[in-house]
Amino acid sequence: MFTTRVQQISARIRAFFQKSQWDRDLDHELDSHLAMAVEANIRKGMNEDEAWRAARVEFGGVTQLREAHRETRGLPFLDNLLQDLRYTFRTLRRDAGFTTFAILIAGLGIGASATVFSVVNALLLRPLPFTDPGRLTWIGNIADDRVSEWSLQVGNVINLKEQSKSFTDLAGYFAFSRAGENNLTGDGEPVRLTGVSVSSNFFPMLGVQPLIGRQFSADESKWNGPRAVLLNYGLWKTRYNSDPAIVGRNLTINQMPVTVAGVLPESFDFGSIFSPGSHVDLYMPFPMTEETNRWGNTLGVVGRLAPGATVQSAQAEFTVLAQHITKVHPERNSLRPTVKSLEEHVNGRFRPALLVLAYAVGVVMLIVCANLANLQLARAATRQKEMAIRVALGAGRGRLIRQMLTESLVLALCGTIPGLLLALAGVRLFAHLDSFKIPLLNSIRIDGSALGFTVALAVLTGLAFGLVAAFQAPRAGVHETLKESTRGANSGSKQHHWIRGALVVSEIAFACVLLVGTGLLVRSFIHVLDVNLGFQPERAASLRIDPSVQFTTPAKRNAYLDEVLRIARSVPGITAAGVTDTLPFAEGERSWDVFGKGQVFEKGHYPEGFVRDVSDDYIRTAGIPLIAGRDFTERDTPETEPVAIINETLARTLWPGQNPIGQMLSQDKGRRVVGVVADVRHKALEDAAGCEMYLPARQRGDWSGINLVVRTNLPPAELGSALRAALKPIEPNLAGNEFRTLQHLVDTASSPRRFVVFLLAGFSVFALILAALGIYALIAYSVNQRTQEFGIRMALGAGAADLQGRVLFQTLGLAGIGVMFGFTASWILARSLNGMLFGVTSSDPLTFASMVAALALVALVAGYVPARRASRIDPMIALRGD
Amino acid sequence: MAEPKSDILQGTLDLLALKTLDAMGPLHGYGIAKRIEQLSDDALLVNQGTIYLCLVRLLQKKWITAAWGTSENNRKAKFYSISKAGRKQLRAETENWERISGVIGRVLQLPGRS
Repeated sequence: MFTTRVQQISARIRAFFQKSQWDRDLDHELDSHLAMAVEANIRKGMNEDEAWRAARVEFGGVTQLREAHRETRGLPFLDNLLQDLRYTFRTLRRDAGFTTFAILIAGLGIGASATVFSVVNALLLRPLPFTDPGRLTWIGNIADDRVSEWSLQVGNVINLKEQSKSFTDLAGYFAFSRAGENNLTGDGEPVRLTGVSVSSNFFPMLGVQPLIGRQFSADESKWNGPRAVLLNYGLWKTRYNSDPAIVGRNLTINQMPVTVAGVLPESFDFGSIFSPGSHVDLYMPFPMTEETNRWGNTLGVVGRLAPGATVQSAQAEFTVLAQHITKVHPERNSLRPTVKSLEEHVNGRFRPALLVLAYAVGVVMLIVCANLANLQLARAATRQKEMAIRVALGAGRGRLIRQMLTESLVLALCGTIPGLLLALAGVRLFAHLDSFKIPLLNSIRIDGSALGFTVALAVLTGLAFGLVAAFQAPRAGVHETLKESTRGANSGSKQHHWIRGALVVSEIAFACVLLVGTGLLVRSFIHVLDVNLGFQPERAASLRIDPSVQFTTPAKRNAYLDEVLRIARSVPGITAAGVTDTLPFAEGERSWDVFGKGQVFEKGHYPEGFVRDVSDDYIRTAGIPLIAGRDFTERDTPETEPVAIINETLARTLWPGQNPIGQMLSQDKGRRVVGVVADVRHKALEDAAGCEMYLPARQRGDWSGINLVVRTNLPPAELGSALRAALKPIEPNLAGNEFRTLQHLVDTASSPRRFVVFLLAGFSVFALILAALGIYALIAYSVNQRTQEFGIRMALGAGAADLQGRVLFQTLGLAGIGVMFGFTASWILARSLNGMLFGVTSSDPLTFASMVAALALVALVAGYVPARRASRIDPMIALRGD
Repeated sequence: MAEPKSDILQGTLDLLALKTLDAMGPLHGYGIAKRIEQLSDDALLVNQGTIYLCLVRLLQKKWITAAWGTSENNRKAKFYSISKAGRKQLRAETENWERISGVIGRVLQLPGRS
């Protein structure tokens, strides 16, 4: 009967907590029981002694009854556990050194794992912070990796949305916004804010509701409609002190009044999802109209799959639709939409790196377990007698195993405390790595799942290293152990020794795998940093300037440019200055089809060139080598012949084997190529530049903001304020947040790789230390065990060097076996790193050689200390010893 | 200390204790033990102490209740009495017992082959 069962269990639980009450009651009961029995016996004619004895015999064992009573009424399992725990804490307190050390090791391992878990959780496991994120897709165009081509043309998006049955909605954002394009004035210090324009259905489709205020209205999403803006939570909080009255107010952005429609919730961070490493303050409506259609490929597009549709079916439908749309609108840019899940778009690039980190931390955890198991075994060896005595006193083997496991579990669970502290610190650190181009980095945190993971990991760790020791300990017979003296190896400790050897060997092997992985990635990282960027980021910096005045004529615009450059060049310490609209490794890249005048390619196969509008001397300032021809000069103006400078790749693409200087590009009805410069990397350090084309800013009227790039012989960071002060007469409102060194841009670009390499390096160092400790502990133990043997050897004339050699040889033998296993495993596993390697192969001999050397060195150092001790054994003491 | 008796015996003892309380009204542990000894010729209760384990089990199931009282010779003792649920259980168990013992009895009385 169920209710009876429940009553029984609840009664047991109550009894468990009222132990003393029950014990007292039982004692009273037993007392009166015996007294009544005695009285009855006396009545039967026994004398008092006999009566007592008879009553006791009839009653049975009182102690056993008490025990059985406790078991029947309460929770015997918990009783035992508490007893084990009390005993464990007592033992561990006695062994404070071991305890601290074990908790620390477990804590480091658990901390590292929890940190990596939170990163993996944020990036890979946790769903994106949108409504039903599983149905959100990313729509690319042609090839996803080419910057200009993932975007779509407005008209194409509208047609796809109208005709597609696979999507309930398609929304887009303007993919070419630039950092700091929006100058907010009026409330305190002027600031440059980064804004993104989004289609009116963008937030509703994602399921992002404004925290206060409203979405953009249909009117505001029209061409030249009323200006409106949604604020980012952070901006609202810091600049407007979370004032809800902000909704409906007018702000002045770029000298225009803009109405605040609302504030987005804190959980929404556009940058961390769609444009990692950047930060967005404002959102404006993007009109999906004929006018914006003329801008070409401008939209990053997200779609919500209709019920029943899949990524594959949507892709199939889009492929057909695209052909149809292209036929109807031959005037538009080419359309070859690619559909993939939004999640894959966001984290796809990071998946391999994160998996490597996860595996690495798993290996670290294995080493930690091996190390702790080793320590436990060493302790078990010294506790043989204690165990034997407990067995002799009636403890079952099961109880002993449980005791040992309790100890390990307590150690591991105690390890979660430093582990969680470490993880909290690590997570805090990562969440604030603003300049890291890793998506969702700011949403990394220790949450419920991370806590659960940590505790589960601790339990698993405790079980793993506890079981090894637990099943070893009570095996030795009571008799032998008690008889046996502490020295002299019996079969039990020989077996111990074998297992401990195996554990150390596996530690070394695991460390090998980590070292090789780290080595390969470190070497890749060095290669990446060594890559020929095509420009010199050292001692160069850039300041973003958006003219506060409206230019009515190109001449006025150029006069402004002249003034800016003149002032910049006059600042002490600045050796060169130039202007560009696009910095390498920065946002807002754009590219056009480029071809020589008269050249014809198939539609959709025109070479793509990244376009930069630059002033005279920019090329020298950025440190880009001029290969042939000339740089732009102040005389390249609207009045003179349109000119262009191209990079080597574009020169090779358009005019292979010919002299590109003097050739005509088709741009702007013909531009003469006057110079060829080196390729400048700009997408990622690992990626080649592709085709690039530089146009003279003075001949192009459509730039709105510029990056003033300066080269200096001072530390660039110190230059910002001097430069701003010098420019004050013409630009009083320069924001302080837009001065950055070019090196910073390069560092940001290499940040994901640095992130992985630093973490891995940390893990490897930890693994090496653990392996060294493992080796040391084992060798020291064995030297200890063999004190007598060494004493005899010395007495027989063996020299100190000989004994040292013996111990070191033993150490190296152990390390050798470990390295052999590790080498083989790394050889096989390293291949899975291929996608992340740069400039090295997975079988890089230097990496493998250094790994072997490093481990040999570590083994020697770890073995040297006990070896020295062995050589210093005094034979007299050793032989007398014990 | 695992219970030495088999489940059947344990159950039987519980049933007997219940029956005793039903028949004799509120009674202390010693009284119950004595009564069972008398009725079963010491066959079921090897140690009188065991009765207390049996009483704990019955208490847990709420088939009996306990209260401190004074014994006939003025001793403080815990008196147990059967509850409503206990009576119901006793009836059910008794029927069950009779049915099963009837069946077993019939089976055992089948004539042998020889």
